[in-house]
Amino acid sequence: MASMSDIFKSFMLRELFGGMAVTGRALFAPKATVRYPEEKTPRSPRFRGLHALRRNPDGTERCVGCKLCEATCPAMAITIEIAPDENGKRRTTRYDIDMRKCIFCGFCAEACPVDAIVETRFYEYCVERPGDLVWTKDILLENGALREEEIVRDRECDGECA
Amino acid sequence: MIALGKLHEFGHGVFGAFWPSVFIVVSTLIKIACIVAPLMLSVAYLTLLERKTIGGMQARLGPNRVGPFGLAQPLADGLKLLFKEIVIPSGADKAVFLAAPIFSIAPALAAWAVIPFDEGIVLADVNAALLYLMAVTSIGVYGVILAGWSSNSRYAFLGGMRSAAQLISYEIAMGLALIVVLMVSNSLSLGEIVKSQARGVFAQAGFSVFSWNWLSLFPVFVVYMVSIVAETNRAPFDMAEGESEIIGFHLEYSGLAFALFYMAEYASMILCATLAAILFLGGWLSPFSCFPNGFHWLFAKVFVILVFFFWIRATFPRYRYDQVMRLGWKVFIPVVLVWMAVVAAWMMSPLSVWK
Repeated sequence: MASMSDIFKSFMLRELFGGMAVTGRALFAPKATVRYPEEKTPRSPRFRGLHALRRNPDGTERCVGCKLCEATCPAMAITIEIAPDENGKRRTTRYDIDMRKCIFCGFCAEACPVDAIVETRFYEYCVERPGDLVWTKDILLENGALREEEIVRDRECDGECA
Repeated sequence: MIALGKLHEFGHGVFGAFWPSVFIVVSTLIKIACIVAPLMLSVAYLTLLERKTIGGMQARLGPNRVGPFGLAQPLADGLKLLFKEIVIPSGADKAVFLAAPIFSIAPALAAWAVIPFDEGIVLADVNAALLYLMAVTSIGVYGVILAGWSSNSRYAFLGGMRSAAQLISYEIAMGLALIVVLMVSNSLSLGEIVKSQARGVFAQAGFSVFSWNWLSLFPVFVVYMVSIVAETNRAPFDMAEGESEIIGFHLEYSGLAFALFYMAEYASMILCATLAAILFLGGWLSPFSCFPNGFHWLFAKVFVILVFFFWIRATFPRYRYDQVMRLGWKVFIPVVLVWMAVVAAWMMSPLSVWK
């Protein structure tokens, strides 16, 4: 008798309809899709995107040209040249990050003693030629100026808010 | 009617004695266009409906970039395929290679000649419509086997063999299911088959939905529904395509030639769904006698069956090939044969519900 009821069950496709109930419910459940250009996924304050060089409130560059970031960079993406400025202070004359090499590990920002190089939440950049991916000091400073508020806020709430 | 009379007058003036035959040819061509054009449009939008439905069942949205709600997606797909080169492999049998897609899609279109959309609305009211359908739809297997053979590729050849064997196996179960239907409706004409479903105890009580063939022939209905999924090469029986592991007969096809195979698959899907609606779900009959009959009922039933197809595809993993064969030969054919004998005995007994 057990085998008869097994045959009946398999002929009524019971298990198959059980599976279809799962997909049927999914049809009316909320969708996981993020419609990217219009919607974006939330990013953490620790998000590691495009780098930025920061300035002090008085407008001078934070970077003291210690080259710790250059030394710690595992991908050797950072190139720094230094020279004393008119006040005799140690300043960078060149600060290039080669984005073709960068692995966004964040070690440069961690190594920096004065929080001059940071990684921002900005990640939507693209170029037409690979060579354009070498970000120079001007661009990095501009990115810093553009996002200073966000950078400050992210650093303040780091570890506390998401 | 006056306009028609004037048309005849004008036609006699131009064509003289040839007018009656010219009139028949032209009016038939217009009728064919009236069937094929909406059919092709449905094929295009069926792909969108499928992608949307399956997307929804996989917790994503499906195409929504081209036009509002992705409504221009089929046009974009068609345009893309139109502009692609049809690559003919070296060593391929060129004539057969190019004829195979036509063998594939022509039966799926030709079969529509005998499909009744409503009482009397049918292109050719053949009294052996069911035989015609079985004959025409089985030509589709030539498209598969010729495509596989003419491609001069081992993979396409093996795929063609596999698909042909599958199609032939399930055609037997499907044909036997059709025989049971024509036994109980006592006719080979699709219109008569639909009308015979309006008779019965339940139909007299106003619930014609229970008088349709699906209930009295339930095992046959199940076998038929699964067989048409296998017959149209749809998941979970899509050995023909098997894009993720095994490769099918249309491996070497590209551009519009591939699009023809694709359209053939969807056209035969609509055809098989329509047949299922006509044979088992009462065609244009309304389920309850409080609503009027009409072709919209046929379309609604076809739509439900098609969504069911997508639902199956989104749910089940692909069958292994030996399992497909086992199901066809060792389960479906015996079940239908047994049920055929049961129905035959039932019809002869005093308990018959088909008098």
